[in-house]
Amino acid sequence: MLRPRIVPCLLISSGGLVKTRGFKSPKYVGDPINAVKIFNEKQVDELIVLDIDATVTGVEPNYGLIGKMAQECRMPLCYGGGITESSQAFRIMQSGVEKVALGASAILKPDLLAEISAGAGSQSVVAVLDVRKRKGIFSKGYQAYTHNGKIPRDGNPLEIAVNFQRAGAGEILVNSIDNDGEMTGYDLELARLIAKEVSVPTTFLGGAGSIDHMIDLVSACGTVGVSAGSFFVFKGKYRAVLINYLSREQRDKITLSARQL
Amino acid sequence: MITILDYGVGNLYAFLTTFKRLNIPVRTASTLEDLADVSKLILPGVGSFDHAMQCFNDSGMRTRVEQLVLGQKIPVLGICVGMQMLGSSSDEGILPGLNWIPGRVISFSENPATASLPSPHMGWNDVDFEVGSVLKDRESELAPRFYFLHSYYFDAKDKSHVAATADYGFRFDAALCNGNIYGVQFHPEKSHSWGSQLLKNFAEL
Repeated sequence: MLRPRIVPCLLISSGGLVKTRGFKSPKYVGDPINAVKIFNEKQVDELIVLDIDATVTGVEPNYGLIGKMAQECRMPLCYGGGITESSQAFRIMQSGVEKVALGASAILKPDLLAEISAGAGSQSVVAVLDVRKRKGIFSKGYQAYTHNGKIPRDGNPLEIAVNFQRAGAGEILVNSIDNDGEMTGYDLELARLIAKEVSVPTTFLGGAGSIDHMIDLVSACGTVGVSAGSFFVFKGKYRAVLINYLSREQRDKITLSARQL
Repeated sequence: MITILDYGVGNLYAFLTTFKRLNIPVRTASTLEDLADVSKLILPGVGSFDHAMQCFNDSGMRTRVEQLVLGQKIPVLGICVGMQMLGSSSDEGILPGLNWIPGRVISFSENPATASLPSPHMGWNDVDFEVGSVLKDRESELAPRFYFLHSYYFDAKDKSHVAATADYGFRFDAALCNGNIYGVQFHPEKSHSWGSQLLKNFAEL
């Protein structure tokens, strides 16, 4: 039986690991290579690494650091941040990364998804969708954002997700800006909507604070990717930095809770 | 020495680091000259079938590799698209496969049993090895699981060539064995201890 992928998501800023809250106030949590080593020992399912400076500052991906992480990493690795050309994506994959993630570029240059998936296969192309709930009195639903939640984007996020898939994405990573770092649970309404609408694998991020939250997600959506940042880097109510993962029993419990499609 | 075929498809780092950790000497081969003194071959592969076949055909190594595998019976392990290349044909492309293990590569989306499931088949799945499979970890009591990432699956013509199956809406061929020719659809190089044990088993054949 295919198991839900339980995936730590690490954020990189200024060469170090950080964790944000609502996409803001990055807190330093450690060294990326050291984190990869710890996650190797814990035999995590997969790892996502997102450089949250690259797109906003317009710099190239940090190939040196990416290569070092890839060579250390004993599980599949997904890298995102600052990819605007297919040549950059291919260079990153040549250095040992399995998947590349595109957020702003996926919206601004949809052809790029097609170009990368033609060269490397769609299974290696992840489109990232950062969404926030609309909060106005007259507005409902969700809105997509890019550039660390700063620039709102037109269009229904559901349609954007379907367009990503049509353009060549082999996976959609959906990130709830509202729930980022809150550790109060996933946005299940959003997850249900997207998982139902797309036919490529989906991964959800934003809000996980307990194993029960992960069980809630797979009970609602089935065997999807279950990603978390804070939950895997903090311990306790004072958020002491401690890189951690689930035990085999806890992972089996999540697998058994997955809604069968 | 164990030789990993470097024909421009797939990343080899994960294999190199896995074997290094296991203290098993390996090297890569990208030209015909590199194919001297080969004890075993690893044929990695990612991306589309035709792209991988084309790169392998253009690598200048194919004829020699066929002599090694079919003539000298050197053990070979095809991985992911590298396993699919062992077959006769793929619905993903028009180029013929190597036809070392007769079979056709088919899209999950063509199979009614997987129509409602996401494609690609992505993630960790349990793998059931046939009794006596040399690739299986004989020490472990845990069911082995491996990382999969593929949209097409191998359908072996002769089911006695199937070394393991996995379940994704139906049971598909997850590993193959035809004499000295082996294939795995999953990624042992990214499958923690289960994967490194499998690569170790292959190295110790």
